[in-house]
Amino acid sequence: MNKETIIKISDLAKIDIKDDQIDDILTSLEKILNLVDEMNSVNTDNVTPMSHPLNLKQELRKDIVGASDERELFQKNNKHIDNGYYIVPKIID
Amino acid sequence: MWESVIGLEIHVQLNTKSKIFSPASTNFGAPQNTQACAIDLGMPGVLPVLNEEAVIMAIKFGIAVGSEILDNSIFARKNYFYPDLPKGYQISQYEIPIVSGGAMEIIINGKSKIINLTRAHLEEDAGKSIHDLYPNESAIDLNRAGTPLIEIVSEPEMENAEEAVQYLKNIHSLVQYLGISDGNMQEGSFRCDANISLKKKGSTKLGTRAEIKNINSFKYVESAINHEIERQAVILDRGDSVVQETRLYDPSKDETRSMRSKVEANDYRYFPDPDLLPVSISQELIEEIKSNMPELPSAKKTRFINQYGLSEYDTIILVSDRELSEYFENILKDSDLNPKMTANWIITEVLALAKKNYLSVKDYPVSSEDLKYLLSNVANETISSKQAKDVFERMWDNKENPRDIIENEGMKQISDVGELNKIVDNIIKNNYKSVEEYQSGKDKLLGFFVGQVMKETQGQGNPKIINQLLKEKLKK
Repeated sequence: MNKETIIKISDLAKIDIKDDQIDDILTSLEKILNLVDEMNSVNTDNVTPMSHPLNLKQELRKDIVGASDERELFQKNNKHIDNGYYIVPKIID
Repeated sequence: MWESVIGLEIHVQLNTKSKIFSPASTNFGAPQNTQACAIDLGMPGVLPVLNEEAVIMAIKFGIAVGSEILDNSIFARKNYFYPDLPKGYQISQYEIPIVSGGAMEIIINGKSKIINLTRAHLEEDAGKSIHDLYPNESAIDLNRAGTPLIEIVSEPEMENAEEAVQYLKNIHSLVQYLGISDGNMQEGSFRCDANISLKKKGSTKLGTRAEIKNINSFKYVESAINHEIERQAVILDRGDSVVQETRLYDPSKDETRSMRSKVEANDYRYFPDPDLLPVSISQELIEEIKSNMPELPSAKKTRFINQYGLSEYDTIILVSDRELSEYFENILKDSDLNPKMTANWIITEVLALAKKNYLSVKDYPVSSEDLKYLLSNVANETISSKQAKDVFERMWDNKENPRDIIENEGMKQISDVGELNKIVDNIIKNNYKSVEEYQSGKDKLLGFFVGQVMKETQGQGNPKIINQLLKEKLKK
């Protein structure tokens, strides 16, 4: 874990971190990672990785259309709309 | 000195009525954002619930390609920061997909090759970004967001564009046979990404790959792959290395260009979606789906060859499209039409007009019933095949009824030898110069004489008899 990693992670997570915060964050994250390392020392060879804390199965939905058009409601609080579209800064590759 | 290695990721939109995690409609072409509900918009507090039909369709596909259907498959969040998926992530599958392994056979120039599948997983489609509506902004339509997809991932086992296109076509045909997708490429229901790399001839070590995104036609897949192979060969030939990146194929310029640089895959930071639980699939469900599988292309191909005595070539054309194969069989149903003649008609006449007008079978202006009527009239020699072609064009272009044309216009083939004899004699008499040339060895002139007789009979003469009469009479 170093400064560059912190900057990369914050970029990926879209979190704005000031330069003078980096050292503090680095120290805290290292503490957390040390704890993770400690957990990693437990032998889990015969343990199935857990994908969900609830020991339940996914309920399935019948394939029925049940949503009505609520565009107006959703767009009421949005300033950046036009002709039913959501308008965003130009994103093009 | 280079060998190309190609793997395909195919995205197939499943034709469920509602979305994969929400009850919003998946209908194509609705006004923008009218089919995007709170779940599709990623509003706080919503809970995605998995669509049973999407699961069944994925299982159907898995069974058809001989995959293992995995119990307890997991949905994961794939981080994705674009406004066409407002949640900031796409719900996909990562560690445990619903379908694992499997294979698809391709046949090229009579040679069979097996392309292995890595996996197929369920995921949600993104919305659409439209860039040309506003000068400085993009417009977002989220109707497509949340449409169920299966992503079918192949092993990198294809060696050239031809193999890749054949594999793609086979998968395309299969999903239509299974009835799990309309396969409409123009509307984006079926699109693919191609992973391409080059390695030294004979080497087992794969080179660095580039991924070409979102190709939505068979023709584009072929040119995109060929261009990318050439581009990488030029780079490697001059001693440089290929950069791992995502590229876009631009059909208007017929070239690929770099998109966003695809950094390490772990930037997606997949993690199990806490909103969704593992999916339990019982053996009973798999068995139930198995017992209701439709006839698949490979089985139908074998049946057509055995049952109708068609050539492999004709069979592949007819069977490649489920609806076309049904059109063919509907014509033969309860009739004694010759299957080979019927197949020829479909392949030469019907498909020629269909291709010209870009029509798929369900939009054909001529029903299988009407074509059956027309072909029966050819078979019993009421009309000549030349006449039938004219009638067919009128049926196709003006939706005219073949009964009206044939009966009302008193259309019938002239097979009366006496009548044809007179006409043939006349033609020979009036073209003595051509007769001399023919007799001195210009065999090709026979066509000219046939044409003249046909003209005289207004296309109704029986060409078989005319040919016979002419050959006899033109002998020295």
